[in-house]
Amino acid sequence: MRDWRKEKGAFAVFSLPGTFWIILFFTLPLLIVWVYSFCARGPQGQIIYDFSFDNYLRALEPIHLKIIGKSLGIAAVSTAICLLVGFPMAMGIAFAPPKWKNPLLVLVALPFFTNQLVRTYAWIAILRTNGYLNQALGGAYDGLVNALGLSDTLVSYSPPDMLYNQWAVIIGIVYVNLPFLVLPLYATLERLDKSYLEASLDLGASQQKTFLLVLVPLALPGIVSGTLLTFILAVGSFLQPKLLGGPDSEMIGTLIERQYKESRDMPFGSALSFLLLYSTFILLWLRSALAQRSKGADFA
Amino acid sequence: MTAVATTAPPRPAAAARRKLRPAPLEYGRRTWLRAVMVVSFIFLYAPIVTLIAFSFNNSKRNVTWEGFTLDYYVKALNNTALHDTLINSMIVAFWSTLASTIIGSLLGVALQRFRFPLKGPYEGLIHLPIVIPEVCMAAAMLVFFAKFVGIPFGLFTITASHIAFSFPFVAVVVRSRMAGFDESLEEASRDLGANPWQTFFNVTLPYMMPGVVAGALLAFTLSLDDFLITFFVSGPSSTTFPVKIYSMVRQSVTPEVNAASTMLILVTLTVTAIGMWFQSRSGKKSVGHG
Amino acid sequence: MDKRKSIISIQHVSKRFGGSVTAVDDAHLEIEEGEFFALLGPSGCGKTTLLRMLAGFELPSEGQIMIDGQPMEGVEPDKRPVNMVFQSYAVFPHMSVERNVGYGLRVTGVGADETKRRVAEALALVKMEKFADRMPNQLSGGQRQRVALARALVKRPKVLLLDEPLSALDAKLREAMQLELVRLQQSVGITFVIVTHDQDEALSMANRIAVMEAGKVRQIAPPAELYEFPNSRFVADFIGKMNLFEGRVSGASGNQIVVDAKGLGRIAVPFSGSAQGDVGIAVRPEKIRLDRSEPGNDRIRLRGRVTEVAYYGDESAVFLEDSGGISVNVNVPNEARSTTPAFAIGDELWLSWNPADTLVLTA
Repeated sequence: MRDWRKEKGAFAVFSLPGTFWIILFFTLPLLIVWVYSFCARGPQGQIIYDFSFDNYLRALEPIHLKIIGKSLGIAAVSTAICLLVGFPMAMGIAFAPPKWKNPLLVLVALPFFTNQLVRTYAWIAILRTNGYLNQALGGAYDGLVNALGLSDTLVSYSPPDMLYNQWAVIIGIVYVNLPFLVLPLYATLERLDKSYLEASLDLGASQQKTFLLVLVPLALPGIVSGTLLTFILAVGSFLQPKLLGGPDSEMIGTLIERQYKESRDMPFGSALSFLLLYSTFILLWLRSALAQRSKGADFA
Repeated sequence: MTAVATTAPPRPAAAARRKLRPAPLEYGRRTWLRAVMVVSFIFLYAPIVTLIAFSFNNSKRNVTWEGFTLDYYVKALNNTALHDTLINSMIVAFWSTLASTIIGSLLGVALQRFRFPLKGPYEGLIHLPIVIPEVCMAAAMLVFFAKFVGIPFGLFTITASHIAFSFPFVAVVVRSRMAGFDESLEEASRDLGANPWQTFFNVTLPYMMPGVVAGALLAFTLSLDDFLITFFVSGPSSTTFPVKIYSMVRQSVTPEVNAASTMLILVTLTVTAIGMWFQSRSGKKSVGHG
Repeated sequence: MDKRKSIISIQHVSKRFGGSVTAVDDAHLEIEEGEFFALLGPSGCGKTTLLRMLAGFELPSEGQIMIDGQPMEGVEPDKRPVNMVFQSYAVFPHMSVERNVGYGLRVTGVGADETKRRVAEALALVKMEKFADRMPNQLSGGQRQRVALARALVKRPKVLLLDEPLSALDAKLREAMQLELVRLQQSVGITFVIVTHDQDEALSMANRIAVMEAGKVRQIAPPAELYEFPNSRFVADFIGKMNLFEGRVSGASGNQIVVDAKGLGRIAVPFSGSAQGDVGIAVRPEKIRLDRSEPGNDRIRLRGRVTEVAYYGDESAVFLEDSGGISVNVNVPNEARSTTPAFAIGDELWLSWNPADTLVLTA
């Protein structure tokens, strides 16, 4: 690695375009939002530069706190489900016969490359009242009832509301973020020295005990890292609550969008944005702090 | 003492070739795990597959299957509004990819090669667009263009925003490619009489190329697929393809919407496939470069 | 010799991977209770695969394995009466030394008091009592190996399997551990089976050695017998050094055969088996004597000129070439305390050895 002073010209050529762009089209906009978060909104929607913490305080009012709490709750449940579904998937790929590993990884990653909007709204057709899922369940139910000859005594299938509520949102978030968890989990499991597992079996521990006492503790850093990342992504979701959610499932993302589009209350929206941003930073810092700690005990 | 012979007693005749049980650690061969994997993959692909399948549905309301047709593709392709947004998307993706690739590749080299003060915080800043919640960045770009700069939303605002969140990805990809670069190749070039620019173009750039291409394809995909940031900074006459699909979805999920989405999926998957193929090819090539 | 009880019976065991790679080819042998047994061979010969089949981590494609009279088919590794010390030691990084050693007892339901007692015993056995509370990343490689040994021995297995136990240690430590492993085995009294590619290790530690090549077991014998009476060119070459002269059997009488050997002419060699056609005539470097004057014709002899001398302090390796270009290497102990070498490059010398020291290699 060379010192920048030795090749000032080259350094400038390589780094200045990026620096320019990130300052002008990223840092500056964020700074403005930050400033706005302390301003107030005028009657015609203009900005009044009157420094105060009002917006932040307003964000902590019960009505908004509920939404923040809901976001954290939905994100937590989604992340937990992702972990429940993603861990076996990662195990299956990590312990698959070698020639299957790459194809399986590609299969897991491929949906990730399709548009998130498309992947989200696809669930509308599945979950709505006369959607595919209800059709399938209704058809199975009716078929069973008819086969058993009970069509006169039992009511016909009444489809439950699966769309426009928080469960649809959770399904959507799980669906969209699953690859984000499976891939790092796979990487962690792949790096694990299998002879630890063999040693545990050899010493008499059953498969279940080996899993709990050896595999999970050794894979924990990777699990925690992936889980935190998925949680961060889930908290900031917009499309899932907007398209799949209902009155009970407003999240921070949709709340912020409303401030900027309908309510035209940019200062308040800015305060909310920055609250989200601060929490993201805190979680990221937590993630790297935990990663640093586990580096001390070299498990690989 | 005689030398111990190792001829064993004759082998049992024709030992049957039996299919082996999975070994203790061969979890991938156990039935229950295979079942879980199959179910998971069905979960992962069913929504996309049904969406694509129902784009061929001969039914406006698109609730039940009523026959195969390509009508809605025709409709989608003839939809001038969709058409225009597709052109917009392509224009934005093109310029965004071009600028992001150049800016990001240069930055990737800079990060890999140079030591400079405050490098740590600077790297953090560069990585921010990657980890920041999209809605925060979307809000920032809206405020910036609407209030600070005061220009109307249009292709420029969209493109500038796309570049802002794409070039860090390119920088990361190119940087990791450059991590494997043998700097003595550059020294050899200088030793043989080439000046720094010649060295860059003849020695460094060829090595960088696979990373640059991978980064470019990534930038293209990110731009084409982007929704939220574009949604915030696009105007009524300058929407992109995903944003248009969004407004169509808000009305109703017709086969036409599905058809448009399927076409979008096809484009991004093709680009991704090209990228993966290219990467695997260059992986073999660069072994020779050493 | 009274036959000791067989504790491991490997019966026509083969292992194929992916249909085309045969890692172990019809291995058939018995390991006796209480012996120190070595599986020796170059890398890829199948020794580790065979060991892993004993432990239960690979399943034989063909054949059967019996341990202490019990067939091991369908028996999972956690249920077998054997324990293994892995090449990487596999000491659990997230547990202290004491918890590592007690692991195998805890997970099989042994009570806390008994666990504590047995762990202390095991640690004393490997002289690691003072390290009970340390974490593995605070230990050296050799110390981690002892922990792995204690962890396996505390379970009182019938057989201890060791996979290349000394390969990760530096030379001095390796020598010390060789002696210590033998001492350990004798004091604990259980059967040890080690896998190694290092013939010095196998020769110095084992009671019996199975030499393997490309999946097949070539010869099973005590060390001295392997060295002095190898049954094939491969074994003769793999164990120790040898000088090989190709020849053809031209006659036999009583317990002698007559061979026309390249570079040696027609020689008579004691051999009690039957041999015909092409044979390899070999002799170990330390069995050859170098003289300036012609030796008696009761010895097998040839003339050569010195091409190189490699000095090792306690001995020298002298390389000579005969008139036909055949290269011979001879070990000469440096008996006299002198700084002038006994032999110089270019010297014309007589090489000779006792015919009884000749190895006749038919395979």
